[in-house]
Amino acid sequence: MSRILTRIAGWVCIVLFLTGAEAIGADYDYINISNPFLKKIPIAVPVFKALNKSPAENSAAKSAADLLAQTLEYTGYFKIIDRAAFLVDPQDPSIDIPDIAFRNWTGIGAELLITGGILLENNMAEMELRLFDTIKAKLIVGKRYKGWSRDQRRIIQRFASDVIFSLTGDRGVFDSKIAFVSNGTGNKEVFICDFDGHSPRQVTQTNNITLSPAWSSDGKWLAYTAYTKGNPDLYIMNLEEKRGAVVSQKGLNMSPAWIPNQFTLAATLTFEGDPEIYMLTGSGKIIKRLTNNWGIDVSPSWSPDGKKMAFVSNRSGVPQIYIMDLYTGQTERLTFEGGYNTSPSWSPKGDRIAYAGMHSGKFDVYVITTDGQSLVQLTRDAGDNETPTWSPDGNLIAFSSTREGNSRIYVMTAYGTDQRRLLTLPGEQTAPSWSPRMMND
Amino acid sequence: MRKKYWISLALLLVIPGLLFTVSCAKKTVKSEASVSEIQKSEAAKETVKETVKKEDTSAADKARAEAEALEKQRLEAERQRKLEEERLQAQKLREAQLEEERRQAEIAKKLEEAKKKVFLSELVLFDFDSSVLTPTAQDRLTRKAEWLKENAKASVIIEGHCDERGSNEYNLALGWRRAEAAKAFLVDLGVAATRMSTISYGEERPFSAGHYEGAWLQNRRAHFVLE
Repeated sequence: MSRILTRIAGWVCIVLFLTGAEAIGADYDYINISNPFLKKIPIAVPVFKALNKSPAENSAAKSAADLLAQTLEYTGYFKIIDRAAFLVDPQDPSIDIPDIAFRNWTGIGAELLITGGILLENNMAEMELRLFDTIKAKLIVGKRYKGWSRDQRRIIQRFASDVIFSLTGDRGVFDSKIAFVSNGTGNKEVFICDFDGHSPRQVTQTNNITLSPAWSSDGKWLAYTAYTKGNPDLYIMNLEEKRGAVVSQKGLNMSPAWIPNQFTLAATLTFEGDPEIYMLTGSGKIIKRLTNNWGIDVSPSWSPDGKKMAFVSNRSGVPQIYIMDLYTGQTERLTFEGGYNTSPSWSPKGDRIAYAGMHSGKFDVYVITTDGQSLVQLTRDAGDNETPTWSPDGNLIAFSSTREGNSRIYVMTAYGTDQRRLLTLPGEQTAPSWSPRMMND
Repeated sequence: MRKKYWISLALLLVIPGLLFTVSCAKKTVKSEASVSEIQKSEAAKETVKETVKKEDTSAADKARAEAEALEKQRLEAERQRKLEEERLQAQKLREAQLEEERRQAEIAKKLEEAKKKVFLSELVLFDFDSSVLTPTAQDRLTRKAEWLKENAKASVIIEGHCDERGSNEYNLALGWRRAEAAKAFLVDLGVAATRMSTISYGEERPFSAGHYEGAWLQNRRAHFVLE
């Protein structure tokens, strides 16, 4: 309780556990972990109940329920049941046991049900939200939130996170963000939006080429390459305090990747006469050189434990993905299919690496297990698909694609299903980088 | 002798003139003229003769001087004309020379500009995913080295570029390799390394905007820019 309060003190919210929820236990049998997207769980999210029935409340009751449905649908776990199929009176929904007639929900195929009550008073919003198992007719999670009216979106995300946690044991992606490059201003600049493409904002003003945004694992720092002073330099920026460091060695200063849970990052520098990967402090000081091989070594990506680094090297003659063990110093080639494999992204679960590979002139996103044994192609016949990046829960992958002409950012599940555009902005969007979770649960 | 000749010439002209005038004027009255009158006229004739004689001498001098002056003038004019002619001719020649020099300089300048244009616009092209200098690329770099030797004060930036295919990061490194390969070749040909700097733009600054091999071909390049 106190942890939750500290965590969300910034937006004034009181959370109360509603009684009746049973402890779910260690096994989360609602969602199949091996492929959670094979069978989507049918879920009903009726319009919330306006407790005072004021016009503002009625409108919020619908918009909040819609937002919750969209937010849950975004995960790829659920099939949202069309409200037109509901057997209950939408004007007077029952929101708690014993009023809920569960057979009305199981009758339309809903396995899960979310009900909500909303109360708006003096710029404050109070919501009680419940998730039920309709088959077992029991409450899975129930919470009451109180906050500013304008923070409804955050309350909904908070509950969505609770829903996902109660079903999978993981907090989900709802408090994460996606950084990407957009050239809508005439120059490539870094933008950041919410996990679902909501509220994009420009965070760099380099008025020049800006590339490769990379998040630190606490979500507070963003490293990127920019030609602000003419040379491709590496900028390490604190997002909240607008301070940071610049690495401007002679030649290239590029492709940063933060080591998880450290204020340390890897990046490619060429000041010694060859593109090699170095380890740097968050303040831009070189700690040591990691690669030592003539040829191009770029695009590092760290295993979640920070012990191994995937990267791209053309030491074989063409770009392929390699894995270096930081402690043994051993480097092994991971990809052998295809003659052009780049942009590795190590999954947060640690077992797989997504990358962009070229076959017959077309780029697609592939996922390979770190032992190289299993390789799956996730995109096909849809333009060029590049720079995959995992969501912090490891269930989604964002990537750039030219499937609709201009390059834009798309999101799919880790199994390649539910591919959809993240957002629409002027110009072209590339190089998505999914942040870690912004709140430390 | 010459003087006498002049005087007799003058007299020869003046006396018959006078005689003619007098006799003619008095023609009508001649019939009534008395001997005395004739005598008188004879006397007058004598006087005139004397006067004329005197006048004849000074007029001749004057005429002679005038003639001399005129002749001098004529000669002077002749000389001036010749000088002027020579001057004009010299000027024309000089102008023609200057014009020629100007023309030559212009041609030389145009040639220099053309050479510079070739130097700056001739792209050093690469194969896909390669920073190896092809024979054509080496020929072009050799020409660039010649230009750099002829223009010893010029410093250049060698930009390395890639086509749009492949990751931006890999292409940034590949562009760097291309620029460095071009520079190393020029250093081998004797161009001072200090006159050349390199920068990679990866796939960020395409030369041609298309999404097909014809455009990609031109985008995989080392591009020279004067510092």
